[in-house]
Amino acid sequence: MTINITEPKPVSFVVPVVAAAGAFLGIFVGTAHDNTLLGLLGGAVITGLLALIFLTIFRREREARWISVAGFAVIGYLLGGLPGGVIGIAAGWFFGWFIFWLGEGRYRAKLAPYYTPMQVLWHFSFRVICGMIFFFLITPIVVVMPLSFNAENFFTFTPEMLRFAPEGYSLKHYEDFFTNSDWQQALWNSLSIAPAATLLSVGFGTLAAIGLSSEHVPFRRPIMAILISPMIVPLIISAAGMYFFYSRIGLQGTYLGVVLAHAALGVPFVIITVTATLVGFDRSLTRAAANMGANPVTTFFRVQMPLILPGVISGGLFAFITSFDEVVVVLFVGSAGQKTLPWQMFIGLREQISPTILAVATILVGISILLLTTVELLRRRSERLRGMSPG
Amino acid sequence: MKMTKTLLATTALSVAAGAASAQDMADEMTIVSWGGAYQESQVKAYVEPYIANNPDVSVTWDESSAEAVAKLRAQNEAGNLTWDLVDVTAADAMRLCDEGLAMEVDHDEILAPAPDGTPASEDFGDMIVSDCFIPQIAYSYTFGYRTDVDAWNGNTPDEICDVFDLETFPGKRSLEQRPHNNMEWALMCDGVPQEDVYDVLETPEGQDRALAKLDTIKDEVVWWTSGADTPQLLADKEVVFGSTYNGRLFSLIEEQDQPVAMMWDAQSYDLDGWIIPEGLEEDKLARVLDFLYFATDTQRLADQAKYISYGPARQSSAPLVGEHAELGIDMAPHMPTNPENASNAFVMNYVWWADYRDDLDSKFQSWLAR
Repeated sequence: MTINITEPKPVSFVVPVVAAAGAFLGIFVGTAHDNTLLGLLGGAVITGLLALIFLTIFRREREARWISVAGFAVIGYLLGGLPGGVIGIAAGWFFGWFIFWLGEGRYRAKLAPYYTPMQVLWHFSFRVICGMIFFFLITPIVVVMPLSFNAENFFTFTPEMLRFAPEGYSLKHYEDFFTNSDWQQALWNSLSIAPAATLLSVGFGTLAAIGLSSEHVPFRRPIMAILISPMIVPLIISAAGMYFFYSRIGLQGTYLGVVLAHAALGVPFVIITVTATLVGFDRSLTRAAANMGANPVTTFFRVQMPLILPGVISGGLFAFITSFDEVVVVLFVGSAGQKTLPWQMFIGLREQISPTILAVATILVGISILLLTTVELLRRRSERLRGMSPG
Repeated sequence: MKMTKTLLATTALSVAAGAASAQDMADEMTIVSWGGAYQESQVKAYVEPYIANNPDVSVTWDESSAEAVAKLRAQNEAGNLTWDLVDVTAADAMRLCDEGLAMEVDHDEILAPAPDGTPASEDFGDMIVSDCFIPQIAYSYTFGYRTDVDAWNGNTPDEICDVFDLETFPGKRSLEQRPHNNMEWALMCDGVPQEDVYDVLETPEGQDRALAKLDTIKDEVVWWTSGADTPQLLADKEVVFGSTYNGRLFSLIEEQDQPVAMMWDAQSYDLDGWIIPEGLEEDKLARVLDFLYFATDTQRLADQAKYISYGPARQSSAPLVGEHAELGIDMAPHMPTNPENASNAFVMNYVWWADYRDDLDSKFQSWLAR
């Protein structure tokens, strides 16, 4: 016996749900036109009516969905021009699909048949909530990207941009970044400080993690706590402390000083990730290597290091990004000669709100994505290789 | 006779400077300024010509003028002076001078006389508000408004009290997030004559009166903290009316071509200039003095006005102010000191503010939080 759960649902259930979704969309449309309440009501009424018509009078799905797309595209175009039309097409496609997805009861198809309505509701609410969290996290980053192609010198979506007119866009802020000596100097400083700081933190952090994970080391917990403290102590306090300390010993305002400060900030990340990989590391391997005559250095490089490498690399990545993104400490420890990219962006935001900052941000986001993708691909590759080799 | 003397003196000075430059001057200078278009004008008008004459010198810029007082205190406490020359507002210069963090100078001794021989102290006149302060420009806090606001029915604001008139000029306005100027403007629009403003503001009742006037527009105010805020807000149509430095508005209107106009009524003057940090090493001090002698002379100050619409601090520079370097427009009408713009201007009383600042700051901040 099969249980057919994808059965058509009553109109009295579908229409209010669709209307609620329509009201939600309507809030945004309404707010954009300075009338939230009207938008909310209008959205609910339009989508509710649409659902009612499609499910009772005109139940021909293929045509109905095209009608929905076309209808919303026209409404969107009338309300907001070309971009409004594009959003309208997306909304029309969504509601056409949503009405029949609910109306035909298709939403139950992939769920276990014994789910109660509440469980079904939670199943989909959970997905909607997750989607909204992603949306919330990513939108601010995505919004700045088109603004970096602005033809004007403000953080403003000009009417030309919204019409998708070519004269509203330009690459001049990218050009400014690549030709302006201040930005180039800052880029160069960042690129010479971050790798040096990363090397130092990876070296010290890995050694510290290995040392702290051997049981014969006394006072392991207090030492660990001290080494990790730069991550816990508010940055401004570390920065002020470093400023006065480095001033006394002549490191303030030097390249070496900034590198050391950033290395201190990066060490905790390396310690934490390497310690985590060391938990899964079998100590008997080092003893076996020693038994076969390898000295500790050889053992480390030939046996231990390859196995904990993923932890070392991801720790190094965090250390790199910490140094590359850091603005508070460098403002204190550095002098104007060590102006890094974040410092330059900070100044730019305060003194001159220029979209060049957005162009830089877009480039940095691109680099971060590339970097993370590369590391992830490498990790998968090494996992695959390890899975293929015995042991 | 006087002319010959001056000539002799100038020659002697420049010979002395020339002789010193070979051995005793540092080749690196860290200059602290405000960033943005203002710093750019200093680069163009002072530093580039100076480096053309002294190719060995390299200049590093630090855009830290906004926190110059705090940072100089920290450098002093840490015993690690990294700045050579600092651009600050007059009020900050006074504080730094009182605290002994800025060097006291004899203006006639270290600065060039005017071309006609008038000594520097007379040429700068009242602008020298502190023994440590070497004036550079006069700027003003003034208002800009959008020219395309439908709700105003064709009216344009032309006096300060229009800022407080929400009926004729509805819409958001941006004001600076500190009591300076806002309190003065509020009292002026509450019927206090300009010359009595500071007397009234000294009393707690007067302060409450100013805040009560600000209360009438508080819901419609966006508070700014950085000079770049108001231009951005105006360009964005977030506000229709806003106060900021006049040079920022000039750039917004003339260089960026935005539909915005100036309202000069009751603009509030302030000064900006150099201070030399106390305790510079001898070779660095020699370089800074050499640079300052050049960068504050009559021609250099007039040159700066080619790039930004701030008034040169020397009287002798005013006739030399010409056209904008790129736009080719006459700069004189855009100067805050232009007689037409200055008809109802007032000078912010920094001496008074130095005494009342802490009190009023906290009162203003708690009013903001209400």
